[in-house]
Amino acid sequence: MTGTDRTGSGGSGGPGGAGEPGGRTILLGVRHHGPGSARAVRAALDAVRPGIVLVEGPPEADALIPLAADEDMRPPVALLAHAVDEPGRSAFWPLAEFSPEWVAVRWALEHDVPARFIDLPATHTLAWQAADDHDEDHADGHAGDRAGGREPGDRPGTAAPDVRGDPLAALAAAAGHDDPERWWEDVIEHRSPGEGDALAPFTALEEAMTALRETGEGKGEGEGGERGALDARDLVREAHMRLQVRAARREFAQGVAVVCGAWHVPALRRPATVAADRALVKGLPRTKVEMTWVPWTHRRLSRAGGYGAGIESPGWYAHLFAAADRPVERWLTKVAGLLRDEDRIVSPAHVIEAARLAGTLAVLRGRPLPGLGETTDAVRAVMCDGSDVPLALVHDRLVVGDVMGEVPPGAPAVPLQRDLTRIQRRLRLKPEPAQRELELDLRKETDAGRSRLLHRLRLLGVGWGEPVASRSTGTFRETWRLRWEPELSVRVAEAGVWGTTVLSAATARAETDAVTARDLAGITALAERCLLAELPDALAPVMRILADRAALDTDVGHLAQALPALVRSLRYGDVRGTDTGALAEVAAGLAERVFVGLPAACAALDADAAEEMRGHVDAVHTAVGLLGDARTPGRGDLGSRWRAVLRVLSARATVPGTVRGRAVRLLLDDDELAPEEAARLMGLVLSPGTPPADAAAWIEGFVGGGSGGGMLLLHDDRLLGLVDAWLTGVPADAFTDVLPLLRRTFSAFEPGVRRSLGELVGRGPEARGSVTGAGSGIPGFATGLDTERADAVLPVVRLLLGRDPAPDDNDLVGADT
Amino acid sequence: MPAFGEQTSAAEVLRPHAEDAFAAELAALAARDDRPRPARWKLSPWAVATYLLGGTLPDGTVITPKYVGPRRLVEVAVTTLATDRALLLLGVPGTAKTWVSEHLAAAVSGDSTLLVQGTAGTPEEAIRYGWNYAQLLAHGPSRDALVPSPVMRAMTEGTTVRVEELTRIPADVQDTLITILSEKTLPIPELGQEVQAVRGFNLIATANDRDRGVNDLSSALRRRFNTVVLPLPASAEAEVDIVTRRVDQIGRSLDLPSAPDGTDEIRRVVTVFRELRDGLTSDGRTKVKSPSGTLSTAEAISVVTGGLALSAHFGDGVLRPGDVAAGVLGAVVRDPGTDRVVWQEYLETVVRERDGWQDFYRACREVSA
Repeated sequence: MTGTDRTGSGGSGGPGGAGEPGGRTILLGVRHHGPGSARAVRAALDAVRPGIVLVEGPPEADALIPLAADEDMRPPVALLAHAVDEPGRSAFWPLAEFSPEWVAVRWALEHDVPARFIDLPATHTLAWQAADDHDEDHADGHAGDRAGGREPGDRPGTAAPDVRGDPLAALAAAAGHDDPERWWEDVIEHRSPGEGDALAPFTALEEAMTALRETGEGKGEGEGGERGALDARDLVREAHMRLQVRAARREFAQGVAVVCGAWHVPALRRPATVAADRALVKGLPRTKVEMTWVPWTHRRLSRAGGYGAGIESPGWYAHLFAAADRPVERWLTKVAGLLRDEDRIVSPAHVIEAARLAGTLAVLRGRPLPGLGETTDAVRAVMCDGSDVPLALVHDRLVVGDVMGEVPPGAPAVPLQRDLTRIQRRLRLKPEPAQRELELDLRKETDAGRSRLLHRLRLLGVGWGEPVASRSTGTFRETWRLRWEPELSVRVAEAGVWGTTVLSAATARAETDAVTARDLAGITALAERCLLAELPDALAPVMRILADRAALDTDVGHLAQALPALVRSLRYGDVRGTDTGALAEVAAGLAERVFVGLPAACAALDADAAEEMRGHVDAVHTAVGLLGDARTPGRGDLGSRWRAVLRVLSARATVPGTVRGRAVRLLLDDDELAPEEAARLMGLVLSPGTPPADAAAWIEGFVGGGSGGGMLLLHDDRLLGLVDAWLTGVPADAFTDVLPLLRRTFSAFEPGVRRSLGELVGRGPEARGSVTGAGSGIPGFATGLDTERADAVLPVVRLLLGRDPAPDDNDLVGADT
Repeated sequence: MPAFGEQTSAAEVLRPHAEDAFAAELAALAARDDRPRPARWKLSPWAVATYLLGGTLPDGTVITPKYVGPRRLVEVAVTTLATDRALLLLGVPGTAKTWVSEHLAAAVSGDSTLLVQGTAGTPEEAIRYGWNYAQLLAHGPSRDALVPSPVMRAMTEGTTVRVEELTRIPADVQDTLITILSEKTLPIPELGQEVQAVRGFNLIATANDRDRGVNDLSSALRRRFNTVVLPLPASAEAEVDIVTRRVDQIGRSLDLPSAPDGTDEIRRVVTVFRELRDGLTSDGRTKVKSPSGTLSTAEAISVVTGGLALSAHFGDGVLRPGDVAAGVLGAVVRDPGTDRVVWQEYLETVVRERDGWQDFYRACREVSA
């Protein structure tokens, strides 16, 4: 199933051919995730046929080893250890198909030979980790194997620093190579298996490591400090491994094979007394630990991922491991296939030329075989016309690869569930199958915690709570509909790939969602959810991606859609006391881009697009209004710049009528435009030169769409007069065209407003002209003002306003509603 | 072609060929070079790479670097020539395409003079062969009446021929290269003969891929080439250096005053060009849209030179933001529809906020309005 048998046959050409006596202990020093090491390990195991296989790894996982043979188990997978009482404290041991450790475990299972993990138990290493966290020391406690790249126990975000330097680099430098990874590949990974002694490469490597450790340890003693502390941990681990090897040797006369990082081999070989080793491992801190298998991906194996195992090209390694022969030619054929699928013309002739170029390049660079660098250069020059764009695709799909591991359902539960249970208990929020409503007051600590939990779970796709419209309008209240369905447990298990705690999982999930989000509005919505779920660590990357997307998005519509949600998030953030500085910055930048692009985007729109654009103008206007209140350092004059944009819109003839009308209206509402000026603009639009349909659209923009425009017409008879005069002047053939638009405009008015308007218009222009004068008033009202009755109200009004009696009381009479 | 060159000594010519200017280095490399050489190569591929990238030979001879850039590119280029594939050097103006091709030819064949300059008017004869009409009329068609092109000569002699600005050549003329590159032969139907390339023949073409008004290579021709894209200067410092040096040279030939005070302005122009080109601000924090123009180093040079002339003749002789603003605008806004938005967005979101750029911002606003 894993292609293991094929390559294994090379090494089994002479089992025991190396003449190994039974009962011997062989130490197989490897580089973690090295395909060449993996092949060599299998060849060596086939040759030696040991009675037991010991693998560097946490012994708590011994019980999980049989699962590796399960049909549903597909690498890449990882062993996950987590502290029982604190699921956030965890360590991963990723294993790919081409990992020597995986190969060793599989070999043991296939040959019915016991396999054991012999590293220091995770119960101690995790306890160390806790101590380190306590000391604010983020150096990974057991970042052991220099020879194996980075140890897989990294926690997200803390790359294990190479405290003691990279032994590979030292070896490579001694061999005259500047790149240690390449040197290792040339010397170890690119060796073809089955040539001569299966153990020869391990012997050579052990000698090199021994020499290296001698110089390294000599140097290390002088420096002490932190370095000394980490060295001490390595010594403890090695002492534990020695004890385990010794025990196994007593138990299995058939011979013992040990697969561990090459760095440890000299230490395991070194004679040390049992008593000394026991003393070293005695009295270590402990923490209760559970282990399970979790699915892993190639992307996470690569350095780019948060849990990076430190290999840049898992896809390439998997290929090297799986390819039977001619790896370069097969790889180039794969690349050609991928490029063809993406509609690039790549012929077999291209593949031939690329293979030739890669081979010659390897010769020029003095390498035994073309490596990834040479093949990539060849692909770029021959298949991609020198461009890096298709090459990025090759890197993403093939060099890293999309492979996703699978774990059988029988694997123990993930720690996320445990964390969730703990939080549920703490917040007194029981998962109940019955539906119920939950009212939260975010000013209370517990309720805020509940809200955060529900929002985080929603981000993770665990739809336990559904937010419903709150009866209260305050931003500090939330209403949720809760219902725990049985399948939600499955969802929690699935979400376990994102992290070990609800917080870390939701953060990781949000970051990934931001990267894969399709449009700008999606990312702003995500930012909003990050704020609601209080994921400050996720907010920064989301904002960065949002800013990048906004900068490259050429569609003003997208920008305008994204802005309101962002501004809303700003206000939520304020309510919850989140630091929204970055958010405000991004929002202001977004607004700026909208300002620049909007006038150009309003040209040449059809009716539907114009209607949509009017909506955008409205949304941006509201958002800018809100944004003006927010703290935006250096951007204080956003409002005035927006009004300048509105002026441009209102005056430009290519802008559709509805948008122009809306721009005038917004300016009028903001007192930026005198009513006379608005009337002048309206008069211009409604003059006979303008096509009636365009004029009707202008009116729609000016008063339509539930903007309270009816009241405006009702109170400014100049405007109403203009509309009335225009309408009566519309020619008969054009009238039927503008009728639907007008109907839509006016039907949106409130019934009372509509009736009053009708009455006003019904009385004709002359009567209306004298409404404010002494003419006949609206039915039911007197023609003039009864000042005596009006004066009677004044004391009460004055009381309400808390105002002293003014000398001229009639001030109030003139005031508008 | 040595016919006229022999009359003048190497010291007198305005610009000696690469193989003459660096004859000593080439000789030293050849003397020390013990690696296998492909047929008719003057140096081994290793030595050619060393010649271009520079280094020190065991006997202490210092080889000056001819190309400062990624080692990888030079290695791929040399390897391509060694595998008898044609080499296409792509890049925007000012990325040393011609310079690299000349030195490659000089190092590989010891002769960089076999050159076809591509223009919109390059005829087929420049790539295949022409006729000596006096001979043709007097004696009828024969090999003696044939005037070989540089390509034909390179085929018979087994050397490297260069084609400059391949994409400027009309498409039908370009395609005459297909037979030469794939079959390595040049038929002469008039004589019923053909010229077959001998080992060592190869072709280096240069082309500018982001310019307007070029004839794209047909896919048939493109397949015959390995492509190496020469990048723009990697760092802002390097680019400022190049621009300053070139502006100085041009300025001297135009009798413009040298402007030591203008370095700030040069840096600014280079920064603007780089940021718009890369779609990323120099602090790596903000993305910006890229306009349709190429914004090459060559254009930055011409903007600065123009600004210098403006300040010398109409200003106070000091290069100021106002002198370069119009030039920058002209270089950035090639397509008035989309580029103007890109430019304004850049002005408003990046330039306006930047410390010490207020003058430049105002000057740009003035010319953009």
